[in-house]
Amino acid sequence: VLKPAHYDVDVTISNRPQARDPEGETIHRELIAQAGYAEVKEVRVAKLLKIRIAAASPKEARHTVWKICNELRIFNPAAHVCTVSVGPVAK
Amino acid sequence: MNVAVVCFPASTCDLDLLAALTQVEGCNPKLVRHDEEDLSDFAAAILPGGFAYGDYLRAGAIAARTPIMTAVARLAAQGGPVLGICNGFQILVEAGLLPGSLLRNQSVQFICEWVRVRVENDATPFSLLTPKGSVLRLPIAHNEGRFYLPPREWRALERSDGIVFRYVDGTGAASRSGNSNGSVGSIAGIANAQGNVVGLMPHPERACDTLLSPDGSVDGQLIFQSLLRYADGVK
Repeated sequence: VLKPAHYDVDVTISNRPQARDPEGETIHRELIAQAGYAEVKEVRVAKLLKIRIAAASPKEARHTVWKICNELRIFNPAAHVCTVSVGPVAK
Repeated sequence: MNVAVVCFPASTCDLDLLAALTQVEGCNPKLVRHDEEDLSDFAAAILPGGFAYGDYLRAGAIAARTPIMTAVARLAAQGGPVLGICNGFQILVEAGLLPGSLLRNQSVQFICEWVRVRVENDATPFSLLTPKGSVLRLPIAHNEGRFYLPPREWRALERSDGIVFRYVDGTGAASRSGNSNGSVGSIAGIANAQGNVVGLMPHPERACDTLLSPDGSVDGQLIFQSLLRYADGVK
């Protein structure tokens, strides 16, 4: 049995690709494109939750965080996509 | 008719709503806190506008998990009329009592203005006295009012008469100019499949007094009077 460790997990919530993201569009248009960075094709704003969690393995950390996201509706599935990314063991 | 006005930390329109409901004959409104668990003394519940829990995470997301919302869900499941206004609409959506989501306004600005909404479904407890096709003058004041549903679900909502109110322009058409927050289908208010749970972004409680209205219209009263008419029909 692995000893529980603390993992830093990033949860990213962004609008579904079909749902317009006016904040991202404004940053793209008024800031980045305005400054001449024509190579930037799209900007979308997302919300990032940085979660530190005790778990026996990265797999368990991911599983628990997904459970939390779904149970507590951390994202609204009608409008958002959610990604969960487990980082290395936290010091 | 006992009507619960549900208050959350940072509800700001609860007393306005209480005042508006007090004017309606036969209506006995009472404030109920977010941490209460029982609504059995009430025939209906209305969630007012504001910024519950600072709109943290997402407008309505935290309020949707409070003890009172379990009681609101129970009341709704029993067929009791439930209305969410502005932040209250956001809370009903986040609680899963209504479909969809309310995203940041297309203009990325807080919008505070009087709008026109056309009644699309006059069979709900909150629209019985507003004939289908009639246009109401109501104010909006929100940052996250852009109703969104993926296209397929949106069309299903249209087919099932789930749209109750739609933003329209001065000619009564659901045009882009009448839809200042950019909602899909110019949607201003919806109902659940049973029709007893309704949410809308405009504030009817702010359109109940000629002193507060730019043109003397008090169309908001019709929404609350509808509830009493509905209750009369149920008796």
